[in-house]
Amino acid sequence: MQTVLSIAVDALAYGMVLFVISIGLSVTMGLMRVVNLAHGAFAMIGGYIASYAARDLGVGYGVAVLIAVFGTILIAIPIERLLYRRIYGAPELTQVLMTIGITFCIIGIANFVFGPTLKTIPLPPELQGSINLGFRAVATHRLFAILCGLVVAGALWYLIEKTAFGVKLRASVDNAAMAAALGVRTQIVYAVSFAIAIGLAAFGGVVGAELLPVEPYYALRYMVTFLVVVSIGGAGSIPGALLACLLLGGIDTTGRYLMPEFGEFFFYLAVIAIVCVFPRGLAGRAK
Amino acid sequence: MTSILEVCNLKKAFGGLAVTNNVSLSLNPGDRVALIGPNGAGKTTFVNLVTGNLRPDSGMVRLGGETITGLNPMRRVRKGLVRSFQVTRLFQDMTPAEHVALAILQRDGRSTQMLGHFSHMPDVTAETGELLSKLGLHDFASSKVSRIAYGQQRLLEIAIALALRPKVLLLDEPAAGVPQSDTGRIEQALAELPADLAVLMIEHDMDLVFRFARRVIVLAAGEIIFDGSPAEVTKDARVREAYLGSYAYVSSVA
Amino acid sequence: MAALMNENAIAGKPARVRLAGSDLLGVAIVIAAAIAGYFLFPNNLALLTRIISIALLVLSLDLVTGYCGVATLGHAALYGAGAYAAGMAAVHFGITDPLAMMAVGILAGTAAGLLSGVIVLRAHGLPQLVLSIAIVHLFHEAANKASSWTGGSDGLASIAPDPLLGLFEFDLWSRTAYVFGVVLLLVVLIVLRLVVRSPFGMLCRGIKEDPIRIRAMGASVHGTIMRMYAISGAVAGVGGALNAISTQVVGLDSLSFTLSAEALVMLVLGGTGSLYGALIGTVSFLWFEDIVSAANPFHWLTIVGALLILVVLFAPRGLYGTASAFLERRQEARR
Repeated sequence: MQTVLSIAVDALAYGMVLFVISIGLSVTMGLMRVVNLAHGAFAMIGGYIASYAARDLGVGYGVAVLIAVFGTILIAIPIERLLYRRIYGAPELTQVLMTIGITFCIIGIANFVFGPTLKTIPLPPELQGSINLGFRAVATHRLFAILCGLVVAGALWYLIEKTAFGVKLRASVDNAAMAAALGVRTQIVYAVSFAIAIGLAAFGGVVGAELLPVEPYYALRYMVTFLVVVSIGGAGSIPGALLACLLLGGIDTTGRYLMPEFGEFFFYLAVIAIVCVFPRGLAGRAK
Repeated sequence: MTSILEVCNLKKAFGGLAVTNNVSLSLNPGDRVALIGPNGAGKTTFVNLVTGNLRPDSGMVRLGGETITGLNPMRRVRKGLVRSFQVTRLFQDMTPAEHVALAILQRDGRSTQMLGHFSHMPDVTAETGELLSKLGLHDFASSKVSRIAYGQQRLLEIAIALALRPKVLLLDEPAAGVPQSDTGRIEQALAELPADLAVLMIEHDMDLVFRFARRVIVLAAGEIIFDGSPAEVTKDARVREAYLGSYAYVSSVA
Repeated sequence: MAALMNENAIAGKPARVRLAGSDLLGVAIVIAAAIAGYFLFPNNLALLTRIISIALLVLSLDLVTGYCGVATLGHAALYGAGAYAAGMAAVHFGITDPLAMMAVGILAGTAAGLLSGVIVLRAHGLPQLVLSIAIVHLFHEAANKASSWTGGSDGLASIAPDPLLGLFEFDLWSRTAYVFGVVLLLVVLIVLRLVVRSPFGMLCRGIKEDPIRIRAMGASVHGTIMRMYAISGAVAGVGGALNAISTQVVGLDSLSFTLSAEALVMLVLGGTGSLYGALIGTVSFLWFEDIVSAANPFHWLTIVGALLILVVLFAPRGLYGTASAFLERRQEARR
């Protein structure tokens, strides 16, 4: 029983980190129909910036998170302008190649600037200890990650369902040409969504650094994981992404607990099985 | 005469809305039938049910006496139920000769052959040349499809369909998008279709319908409201109502 | 009108002859390049053999991506399956005859190709891509964990192939391996040339452009791509087995995502949908890699990334595709 609960807490924390990072990918994929393999690279950039800010500049954790989120968005803007703009609406293979190219470049540059070693982001004392939940002491950081996931999910839900921007966003996802004809400035909707997506990726990269350690090959190592979330959850669907993250978090964590030797093997096997059974995603409308 | 295509009580609903409601019709070899109806009448759904791209909720489709309701589109094509597309679906980098040759090879079950080139198969080149000449495409046989005019692409669609030697041919607006100056050639091609072939044409252009069809079927709100000769169709009250709505009454009152 | 028809009939003939002629020319150029390589770089034959081995992987990828339009980032699974099967046959089962090892590699590659095909064709678009990546990771993990069979992360070493045909030892300078590789490449190239020009090849090109049209002709899209996957697996298997025989070790990198992605880069660099494009892409990429990584291995990944972005932006048809389109246009202008 204790093991089951431990797995559940870890799976939940892992799933929530996945959610924070991948939800931006899901939204942009639903909106702009871009297969963006470089999404994880932006999470990695966030991790690096936070690590640099916290360790070399000595700023506090909260400030480091803010610097990471806005720094990553700043880096992403010229990339979006110069490169992504050219592949909206292009064939899938072109998008794959361009975004893999971007991923490789970012990995190479990160490797050059920060070196091949693992980077840590020192946690503030409040997040370091553990909290006793009765059945087990749980690392405060895990609870913090879960909380972040819930807050992001709630905020996104509010943004999309309850605000004027959300209406424009949903209209653009549904039918961009029609939305444009109705006076929605889709270019701006795209740009803002892209910025939010990148900011969330960076946020997830920082908050999840304890679970997904920051190193140059981060962008390749977790590429499939983030893409799986979108293809299982269905592009553009928040509940779908949440469900997919919890499912994957559960599978991955259970694998690591029960069969630490073969964890990854079973993870990929499960991915193949799930995608084969639900080729259109759990929500059933992924393209 | 025994019918070649038989559709019995075909029904299909999307979320409670009956898009095809209890449609029955039959086609005999040599029939020239036009299927018309106002926008949203369910023509496309009906075609997709017949070709197998959609599964009906109930009802049956028979080809040459054999039930094909459970077959996928590919198998229906192999049995002789061939369609053309409303918007041309051609391979931009291939030539008309290649398109027709591929269709002939596929019909003969030779399209998965991994050796040889169709230009070295005398029977295939002969039949390809004959079909292309018949449709006036011989001069463009070796140009890429992306370089030939849209009217010629429409003719190539018909050539491909004929190369499959169909028993029943569903033509989806064969003249759609073609400039007025080129429709003559397409009409000629339609007039020269094999005499024993059963043709069901979906068309909006009433001039073409009257010149081509010997029988007209009108579909409205998923149901057949008229099945008869072209001469009678314009006089039918239900057809007038379906197309003109309440204006029909206004004009009849006035 | 009649005159026009005549002219066309005449113009049609030489075009066909020219096509066959260009095939012979292509094979002749490959042979000439191979001989030149042998004499110009006698100390680098190991590298040249590696290029041939990878070229077979890229050709194999071209069959499914360039000819059938299936985007995959997991094609190294087929190559690695061939390499490990040939290697394990030698180490664990004493099958050390190079031709027998090659046969084992081809069988394993074909099997891996069929398995990949069955899985990858379950989905379309992004899920399809995810499946392909998951497959290569799965193969990689399996090889990593079954270390008693595969040597795990240390690689499968001490593969000792017999002399080729009982006559030619695999020497330190890779002379035998190189000649063996060139012959294999030529055989594969000629066979593939026939396949892509055949009715089957035409069907595949049709599927790439419009699968719905192909179905409306009554042909099976799924069945056709599966056949191509089997052929592709066999070709990748040849490449993998050649790698195992010539280097006498098989490492986990032969089953990696990176190799899959690099193969795609090479293919796109050369130009998809043409066999010579695949060859040109592989040679230029690996030659470039050799120079750059000798100068500065640290920047290699950055440069590959930049190269990829440049190709997508400025030469989306690749080196061969751009060049042949240019020549075609000039020929037309002259006419």
